[in-house]
Amino acid sequence: MSTVAAEVHEEDHGHHHKETFMTKYVFSQDHKMISKQYLITGLFMGIIGIAMSLLFRLQLAWPEQPFGIFEVMLGKWAPDGVMDPNVYLALVTIHGTIMVFFVLTAGLSGTFSNLLIPLQIGARDMASGLLNMISFWLFFLSSVIMVISLFVEAGPAAAGWTIYPPLSALPQAQPGSGLGMTLWLSSMAIFIVSSLLGSLNYIVTVINLRTKGMTMTRLPLTIWAFFVTAIIGVVSFPVLLSASLLLIMDRSFGTSFFLSDIFIQGEVLHYQGGSPVLYEHLFWFLGHPEVYIVLLPALGITSEIIATNARKPIFGYRAMVASILAIAFLSTIVWGHHMFISGMNPFLGSVFTFTTLLIAIPSAVKAFNYITTLWKGNLQLNPAMLFSIGLVSTFITGGLTGIILGDSTLDINVHDTYFVVAHFHLVMGISALYGLFAGVYHWFPKMFRRMMNKNLGYIHFWVTAVCAYGVFFPMHFIGMAGLPRRYYTNTAFPYFDDLTDINVLITIFALIAGVGQLVFLYNFIHSMFYGKEAEQNPWRSNTLEWTAPVEHMHGNWPGEIPHVHRWAYDYSKPGHDEDFVQQHIPLKEGEEELHH
Amino acid sequence: MNVVLIFSVLVLIAIALWQITKIFELSQVKKVNTQVADDNDNDWNGKLMFAFLIFIYGITIFSFWAYGDLLLPEAASEHGADYDNLMWISFALIFFVQTITQAMLHYFSYKYRGEKEKKAFYYTDNDKLEFIWTIIPVITLAGLILYGLYTWTDIMTVEENEDALVVELYAQQFNWKARYAGDDGVLGDANVRFLQDFEGKNLVGIDATDPNGFDDVVVQELHLPIGREVIFKMRSQDVLHSAFMPHFRAQMNCVPGMITEFAFTPSKTTEEMRQNTDIVAKVKKINKIRVEKSKELVASGDIALDPYEFDFLLLCNKICGVSHYNMQMKIIVESSDEFEKWMLEQRTFAEVIQ
Repeated sequence: MSTVAAEVHEEDHGHHHKETFMTKYVFSQDHKMISKQYLITGLFMGIIGIAMSLLFRLQLAWPEQPFGIFEVMLGKWAPDGVMDPNVYLALVTIHGTIMVFFVLTAGLSGTFSNLLIPLQIGARDMASGLLNMISFWLFFLSSVIMVISLFVEAGPAAAGWTIYPPLSALPQAQPGSGLGMTLWLSSMAIFIVSSLLGSLNYIVTVINLRTKGMTMTRLPLTIWAFFVTAIIGVVSFPVLLSASLLLIMDRSFGTSFFLSDIFIQGEVLHYQGGSPVLYEHLFWFLGHPEVYIVLLPALGITSEIIATNARKPIFGYRAMVASILAIAFLSTIVWGHHMFISGMNPFLGSVFTFTTLLIAIPSAVKAFNYITTLWKGNLQLNPAMLFSIGLVSTFITGGLTGIILGDSTLDINVHDTYFVVAHFHLVMGISALYGLFAGVYHWFPKMFRRMMNKNLGYIHFWVTAVCAYGVFFPMHFIGMAGLPRRYYTNTAFPYFDDLTDINVLITIFALIAGVGQLVFLYNFIHSMFYGKEAEQNPWRSNTLEWTAPVEHMHGNWPGEIPHVHRWAYDYSKPGHDEDFVQQHIPLKEGEEELHH
Repeated sequence: MNVVLIFSVLVLIAIALWQITKIFELSQVKKVNTQVADDNDNDWNGKLMFAFLIFIYGITIFSFWAYGDLLLPEAASEHGADYDNLMWISFALIFFVQTITQAMLHYFSYKYRGEKEKKAFYYTDNDKLEFIWTIIPVITLAGLILYGLYTWTDIMTVEENEDALVVELYAQQFNWKARYAGDDGVLGDANVRFLQDFEGKNLVGIDATDPNGFDDVVVQELHLPIGREVIFKMRSQDVLHSAFMPHFRAQMNCVPGMITEFAFTPSKTTEEMRQNTDIVAKVKKINKIRVEKSKELVASGDIALDPYEFDFLLLCNKICGVSHYNMQMKIIVESSDEFEKWMLEQRTFAEVIQ
């Protein structure tokens, strides 16, 4: 079936369309161009998100001190250079939203799903180029709306990235819940539609357009990860859409889905019978799978890069696929661990503790398999490889504290403290960001036909790696001391006065990390135009994308699409001269294919 | 001024790094630079991987040495010891796994750094090995889950009983109030609709038609008797708040439109806590910091900070608006005699609305 589909597709691209600037660079339907558009939009949003975190880190280390940079960046919201508490909340809110959705969902999954799905399964393009284009432009529109919301009179949304009502529902509750929140909700609604169109496209493409011989059991782990991620997205994102729509109804049309018995600003409101806990359920039904929507693509990228650079097959391919599936399934039934103390029935808490801690099992399998893949390898320590190893390191460090947070009992005292902040930044923030960087270093030659500078890459990695631990390791201690997150300053409690030193240390590491990212940005832009020209297969990799010509073309391969004869991980296979055997090379006489 | 200095230093560091790479590249001009890692790169990055392992251990040891006293403040409730036990067991497990896996990951990255002539070991599967590292987490987690659930059920089962003290915690932007049930031991009905009755004197919206409410006592400072179970009934009048009492290992969200519950038995009085050696050390440290800070403040014409004395805390731990960071209430745990005496001094709802 896949061959038929591929041939039909081939005809579509057989003749050359006349390309204009608009169809080639702007409203392109080519997956390679769309992937670049995703990456560059994602990076741009990333700059905003990271810059915001540096601003609020300054406030946390030197609370209520005037900074010139605040006056420049925040204007009237930093009178005399001192950050206003409302702005602090807005900054943490938008930082979270941008990093989770715009950078690590669209920027990571959007970029690499688009680039790699057709190229690695041997397809001419996505199943629907048009939907793919619409998906990107909806994402772009939602990014624009999110950026515009930063400039409205009363400020952007400031209720935390989870925007729990009633705080997010009532403009009387905080300035950010006015127009800023309306824009936030509109932006997210459009974002979700974009994400759904993208995900459906990825699923259809992987199922239907694989080249001859590319069975599901020969798929590279990257594709498995993108495929399963897309399925999670289709299952869970619509629930957030309904939560957003119901919240819009409560805000603008006087319904009471999430609101009841409220007295605010000297006035009893009319809302009756709604429940904020309902919103929490709906939000986290997406919110928790979202963690894996962010993380799985990063793990997929890492699997590919670690195998290629270790010159060794990924260890336990079947177990890796099984653990992706297990994580995906479990991720949809654990959302309640964000709500142990929300007022829901404690028995439900027990159930969610059980399912949550189960996730540790497939995660442990993954970590051990990565480590075994390194064992007796011939490690080529390219920047992409360093980021992949770094990912495994932060995934372990951050994942382990999940054992504490996923346990309903222990959650009582660390819930919503800096302990949580440290945990999720390491396990999904930093890990997924490493996945993004690893992917960019590794596939830059495929995207831009040039190499990135490796020495700048090394500096970028080592600065980032040291700072990531420097920022988030001490943060666990602040949380265990009892300091809640989303506090403008801890000076209102003399009890926390001894935390100031750690906050200063963390901020210094964060600032250095910020500078480290400039190295990446410089390398990225510089290499795009002046980097060394890439060879066809610079990393001597097995997967199909490296059999396509360096020069981009519609339809990806000039002649017939290569057929696949083996899995993607025949590195250093005995009986071959080279230490890699590409997937399209037929088995030798008497050579056995590993059956998976 | 600070920020300008910091930023200029950071920019200088960046420029320095850039120059170093330039020099590095120029010195390699003879070799063909493909931007793919060569043996030299593998060598120094592999060694740095090993160094990084030492860094991870180092920052762990440093953090425990410098900040270890911050971990889990002294527990002052009866279930606190169970909680702390479970926490330390989980911690020990995490520590063990972290130390070993990070060592393997970074040591292998160092040990097997690539060389041209070497060839990797073709090794795809080992069912036995994979079974082992699946089953070990399964068993360990089963133990943790069972222990955790046992403790959880124990803490969260709130049963009404004669001896318990029922206290309502009432949250609003941006302060807390507490309501005691009075002599009849029953909290009167309440709703936000009644907040405007009696010219705003009805602070938590008690229903004046419910006779149970007349002897209720509303206060702004929470007093609790030692050794008696306290059942908290939590309400919020506007947005979500969360009543977080770290020393009692207690937290529960306050949700508009519903009443949530949490119960614990205080096991140490405020006085006892103030004499605890860990707390004494902490207070001393904090006061040292405050004295230093006061010197700066006085020098710039401000007033000095008050010396700090330990008190139990009730904090808001769910983002609730502009003053979220300063929504607090003092908790005083005392002997039952002291508690009864204090209670007699308070005015009942009936007295307040007269």
